[in-house]
Amino acid sequence: MWFGFPIRPEQASTIAEGIDHLYYFLTAMDLFFTAIIFLTIFYFAIRYRRRSKAETAEQIEGSLPLEVAWTVIPLVLVVVTFVWSSSLFIRNSRPPTAATEVFVIGKQWMWQLQHPEGVREINELHVPVGRPIKLTMTSEDVIHDFFVPAFRVKKDVVPGRYTSLWFQATKTGSYHLFCGQYCGVNHALMRGEVVVMEPQDYERWLSGSKKAETMPAAGARLYEQYACITCHGTGKGPAFNDLYGSQVKLQDGKTVLADEEYLRESILFPSAKIVAGYDPIMPTFKGQLTEEQILQLLAYIKSLGATERKAAQE
Amino acid sequence: MSTTAVEATTGVNYLNAKYGIRSWLFTTDHKRIALLYLVSITFFFLIGGAAAVLMRLHLIEPQGALLEPATYNKMFSMHGIIMVFFFLIPSIPAVMGNFLVPMMVGARDLAFPRVNLLSWYIYILGGLFTLYAILAGGVDTGWTFYTPLSTTYANGQVMAAALGIFITGFSSILTGLNFVVTIHKMRAPGLTWFRLPLFIWAMYATSIIQILGTPVVAIAIVLVGLERLLHVGIFDPALGGDPILFQHLFWFYSHPAVYIMILPSMGVVSELITCFSKKRIFGYSFIAFSSVAIAVISFLVWGHHMFVSGQSVYAGLVFSALSFAVAIPSAIKVFNWTATLYKGSVSYQAPMLYALGFIGLFTMGGLTGLFLASLATDIHLHDTYFVIAHFHYIMVGGALMGYLGGLHFWWPKMTGRLYPDGWARFSALVIFIGFNLTFFPQFMLGYLGMPRRYAVYPPEFQVLNVMSSAGASILGVGYLIPLVYFIWSMRYGPVAGPNPWGAKGLEWETPSPPPTENFEELPIVEEEAYAYGVKEARVV
Repeated sequence: MWFGFPIRPEQASTIAEGIDHLYYFLTAMDLFFTAIIFLTIFYFAIRYRRRSKAETAEQIEGSLPLEVAWTVIPLVLVVVTFVWSSSLFIRNSRPPTAATEVFVIGKQWMWQLQHPEGVREINELHVPVGRPIKLTMTSEDVIHDFFVPAFRVKKDVVPGRYTSLWFQATKTGSYHLFCGQYCGVNHALMRGEVVVMEPQDYERWLSGSKKAETMPAAGARLYEQYACITCHGTGKGPAFNDLYGSQVKLQDGKTVLADEEYLRESILFPSAKIVAGYDPIMPTFKGQLTEEQILQLLAYIKSLGATERKAAQE
Repeated sequence: MSTTAVEATTGVNYLNAKYGIRSWLFTTDHKRIALLYLVSITFFFLIGGAAAVLMRLHLIEPQGALLEPATYNKMFSMHGIIMVFFFLIPSIPAVMGNFLVPMMVGARDLAFPRVNLLSWYIYILGGLFTLYAILAGGVDTGWTFYTPLSTTYANGQVMAAALGIFITGFSSILTGLNFVVTIHKMRAPGLTWFRLPLFIWAMYATSIIQILGTPVVAIAIVLVGLERLLHVGIFDPALGGDPILFQHLFWFYSHPAVYIMILPSMGVVSELITCFSKKRIFGYSFIAFSSVAIAVISFLVWGHHMFVSGQSVYAGLVFSALSFAVAIPSAIKVFNWTATLYKGSVSYQAPMLYALGFIGLFTMGGLTGLFLASLATDIHLHDTYFVIAHFHYIMVGGALMGYLGGLHFWWPKMTGRLYPDGWARFSALVIFIGFNLTFFPQFMLGYLGMPRRYAVYPPEFQVLNVMSSAGASILGVGYLIPLVYFIWSMRYGPVAGPNPWGAKGLEWETPSPPPTENFEELPIVEEEAYAYGVKEARVV
C-alpha cells in the first residue's frame, strides 16, 4: 500500500516476496535513471537556452571516456539484474519433489481442475496452505494461460502438450485465477478463484466433496476398458511398471525419457517412437480418449512406480 | 537552361508543377508519393484511434460500459492491426523517408521511382483488404493471430485481414529495398558514410529489418491460410501441428518490427536535437553504430515473447540475456542526445519540444522493458497491462512523438508554409501530459495483475482504468489539434522560406517546397553532418 493505494497484489505464495524485491529494485533503478535524464535535460535546457540570435554554440564532437562510462555502467547494471532475475527464475521453476499433483484442463472458456483424490472442480481450485502443489496442464482447444497474480505464477496452457507450474500458498484466502492468454470471445470471463484453506479445513472440504474414482483408479479402469492390458499386461507390449521417468531404448538405437510428453505421444501416435524389441502393432487412440482420460492413464502409469530420475524436470 | 532552373526562378515546385488527380495517382516523384502516404496513414491513424477511443470508454466500468465482449475483442484487434501495420510501420519511413532520403543524400529521386509508386499501391491494396475485413464483420484474433485460435476457432474475417497484412508487407519490403539502393548508390559526391545525417543511418538500419524480417511474417500468414482454408496441419495439434511454431515465426518478424517503428524516430530526433541546439551531434559514430547494433540484436530476442509458453529454461535464459543487451545501445543513444544539449544554443520551437518529449517517454519505455527482459518479473507481468503500457511508451511515446516532431520540423519544407508555433507547442505539451496520464496507470494495473485484452474486469481495477480513460481523452485532443492547424497552414500559414530553422542538411539548401527535381544542380558535399559551427553552408 502506498498512501492507501495498492501497488502490488497480495503476497500469498512462497515466491511472491522474492519477485516483489526484484520489482522494487528495478523500479528504483528506473526512477533513478529517469530522474537523471529528466533533470539533466531540464538543467541544460535552462542553462543553455538561446539568449540571442547571433549566439553560436560551442561545437563538441564527443568524448570517449563519457561513451565508455555510459556503456559500461548500464552494462554492469543489466548484468547484475540478469543474474539476480535468472537465478530467481531457475529456483522458481523447479517444483519441490514432494508436490501434490493437480491436473488442469483449459477449454473455451472454463477451467477444469482434478485432484488426485478424484475430486473435480470447475473454475475453483481448493488447496491447503503450506503444501507445494504442482499443476500439470493441457488445453482442449486453443492456448490458455493459468495466471494467479497473488502467487506471481503464470504459464501457458497449450493444446497437444503438457506444461506445468507449481506454487506453495502461504496465506489462506481466495485469490483471482485469470486466463492470461487471449483465447477468444469470452476470454475475460475465463476467470476463477484459488481458495487457500487451513489443512484441517481442506481435509474437511475434501472429504465432504463428491468424489469420483481417484485419478489412478480411473486410469486403471480405462487400461482394461480400452484393452491396453491385452498387450501391455502380457509382454506383447512394454510393461508399465517403473516406466515413468525411466530411459526407454528405441528401435532406432536412441533413448528417450519417459515423461508425460512421451507417454501422451505413444498413446496418440504409437508409431512415432517404437520401443526396442517390440513390433509396431499398437493402434492409435487419437480421437477415442479425451484429454481427461489421457491424464487418468498417465496418473495410472505413474502410480505403477516411477524411476528415481524424476521426469519432472521442467 | 534545365527544367529545374526554370522552376527555381519561376516559383514552380513539385506541388504546383502539375495539376489534377492523375498527376498525383501516376506520379513517380518521391515527394508526391510521400504526401500520398501522409494522407493514407493519417486516414488509418484516425480509424485506429477511433477504436482506441471506444475501448477506453468501454473500460470505464468493470462490467464494460459500451460494448459486447465480442465487439470489444474486435476493437482491440482492429486497433492493433491498423496501428501497427498501416500506421506505425509505414509512418516515418514511407512519409519522411520517402520525402527526405533522396534530398538528404543529394539525389533527384529514389533509385527506383516507379517501384516507389508501386509500393504505395500495394499498401493501399492491403489497406482495402483490411478495411473490408473490418466492414464485413471484423476480426477478433488480436493483431498477433495466435494459433490455433486464428486457424481453427476464430470466426470472422481472419483471412481478409491476414491477406491485407501479407500484401502490405511487400510495400514495406520494396520501400526498404529502394532506400538501401539509394543510400548505397546515389549519395552526392563527397557525401561519405560518416557524413550522412543520422536520419539516413536510421533509415538504413530500418530498411535492412524490413527486407529481412517481413518475408518471415508473410510466410507465417501463408501457413495460417493453408491451415485455416485447407486444414493442412501446421499449427493446430488436432491436425498434428505445433501451436508454438507460429509464435516463433510471428515474433521473429514482429519483434524486429518494433525497431522498424522506433529506429526512424531515433533518426528524426538526432536531426531535431542538433538543429535546435545549433550543435553537431555528440558522439556521431556511437549513435550511428548503436542503430546498427539495435537492428542486429533485434533479430535475436523474439523468444522473450514466449517466456511463459513452456519454452525451456535455457532458451529463456539466452533470450533474456539478449533482450537485456538491447538496453545498452538504447542507453547510449539517450545519453548522447542529452549530451548534445550541453553548451548548445538551445531554442524551443515545437519540433524541439516533441524531440525532448520523445527522449523522456522513450527513456521510460526502454527502462520498463527491463522488467520484461528479466525472467522472474516477466512471469508475473507477461500479458498484463504492464506490457501494454511498456510498448505504448515505446511505440506511441517514442515512435509517434518522433513522427510528429519530424512532421513539424519538415512541414515547412513539404508545404512551403509555417504552422502557428504557439499552438504546436501547446499540442506537444498536451500530448506529453495526456500520454502519461493514459499509460502510467497501466503500469500499476499490470503489476496488480490485470490481464490485457479483458472486456470485463474485477472491480478493484476500476480506479486506475478510469484514470487511464480520462488521460486518453486529453491525449485524443492533443492529436486533433495538429490536424487542424496543419490543414489551416497549407492555405493560410506564413511562407516558410527555404530554411526557417537555420538547419543544416542538403534538404534545406533548396527552395520550400522543393522543385520537382529537388536541386537545381546536384550538390557536392564538403563538410561533416551537423556542421553548425561553420558559418556558411559549403555547398557548391
